[in-house]
Amino acid sequence: MSLLQQALESGKFGVTAEMAPPKGYDFTEQIEVAQLLKGKIHGVNVTDMQSACLKASSIGLCIKLKQAGLEPIIQMTGRDRSRMAIMGDFLSAAAFGIDTMLALTGDHTTVGDCKDSKPVFDLDSVGILKMLSEMERTGLDCGGNELSTVPTFYKGASVTPVYDPIFLQINKLRKKVEAGAMYVQTQGLFSIDALRRFMEEVDKAGIKVHVMAGIIPLKTAGMAKYMNESVPGIDVPEHMIQRLADAAAEGKEKGVKGLPAKAGIEMAAELVAQIKDEKLCDGVHIMAIGAEKNVPVILEKAGVDINA
Amino acid sequence: MIVSRKKPVEELLAMLDGAKKIALVGCKSCAAACAVGGEKECNEMKALLEEKGYEVVGIALPDESCQKMLVKKEVKAFRDAEPDAYVSLACGNGCQTVAQNVSAPVYPANNTVFMGQTERVGIFNEMCRMCGDCVLGETGAICPVTKCAKSLVNGPCGGQKNGKCEVNPDNDCAWILIYNKLNELGQLDKICSVKPDKGYAEHSWPRSVNTKEAK
Repeated sequence: MSLLQQALESGKFGVTAEMAPPKGYDFTEQIEVAQLLKGKIHGVNVTDMQSACLKASSIGLCIKLKQAGLEPIIQMTGRDRSRMAIMGDFLSAAAFGIDTMLALTGDHTTVGDCKDSKPVFDLDSVGILKMLSEMERTGLDCGGNELSTVPTFYKGASVTPVYDPIFLQINKLRKKVEAGAMYVQTQGLFSIDALRRFMEEVDKAGIKVHVMAGIIPLKTAGMAKYMNESVPGIDVPEHMIQRLADAAAEGKEKGVKGLPAKAGIEMAAELVAQIKDEKLCDGVHIMAIGAEKNVPVILEKAGVDINA
Repeated sequence: MIVSRKKPVEELLAMLDGAKKIALVGCKSCAAACAVGGEKECNEMKALLEEKGYEVVGIALPDESCQKMLVKKEVKAFRDAEPDAYVSLACGNGCQTVAQNVSAPVYPANNTVFMGQTERVGIFNEMCRMCGDCVLGETGAICPVTKCAKSLVNGPCGGQKNGKCEVNPDNDCAWILIYNKLNELGQLDKICSVKPDKGYAEHSWPRSVNTKEAK
């Protein structure tokens, strides 16, 4: 059974971290960083050409991680693959012992770095989940033909918690859960109030699913401002931006580098600690955007030990 | 309305390389409304080609350039002139219809871009992608297949900002439009269940329809 599934279903605080494959085929750095995460998280969630920018595919790094003794979570978008290609990749993933997945619709090709690529979107996130659930239930492939062996996956999806009108996201979340999602990870959250409001909406709608709060450790005030302006669903509060700016000023004064990133790690750890202590949701998903080596530091500062 | 845009003239001239006598076939319907293939544009094309040293043997302007029988009749006028190339100033349907009726090569002057609504003279909007399986009854008569850049039928992605699409911020998020409309109509329940996926098995092209066949 999937490690993440074991954790969430036994009521433990689930912890996953996101990791992107390289733009190339040397996975050494990713595997080295992953080794630092070993035993400290329930899964490494490997992106599928995030922001529609070409990278090595998710399944490749997932296989490498599995071989290195980690628990990979395969992300699958509908942007670049038809339902046949998606199902084929899941069968191959299963052959390598990959048992946890995350379904996403995917960013549109026109916002990425290979704009001439054909946007496929044969299935959206709901469609991918439904196809896998049907496969598990019936033993048939996406064309209704018998499979010789049928894998099962612990299935997840994403949700944007800061959204207006929230009805649309909650409605889609319900569809994802009906289609088979057993856990969801949120877009990056920066305030406890935003998480509380979202969890109230989920409860009000009567949706039963394990929710993992998305945590993005901020690196600089500029990054936070950029994300506020450009990334849909991101809302970094002003006091956090100020704390990063203050850290930068302090660093300049003392001639010390890296203070804003340190402040970002501390703020992320504070969020994680409060989420866990107040049991606001079932776990956290940390998106360190290239700084995955900081994930163990965040967890330690937050007092999160998955083996405790 | 079939909406077409003019190709860059250099592209057309490159296709015509080697030809001397040219016949033009426009269209009084969609291409005229799009200002790419009506009488005015055909005359402009004639003047341009003559300036480049071509002999333009004539202009045919069928009411609809996609009507096979009509085009057949219209192009008969060029039989004696023996043009060594035709230029179609219609949509892709029109260009191919001319080609089925003549023996000389036919070259398109236009790119056919979408089937659209005429908002007012000269302004067209893409509303329907002819998916063959209409969902408008459940979406407040706003098409998610066309108006959503990802053709999402189960609700929005996370990518809208202030109601605008991340793919093209000039466009409204289809699902915000649908939500507002259904809310007004008191029909929000219509988007609460998972939309059954009907697949693409019936979508292989080219397709033909015969209204005389009883079905």
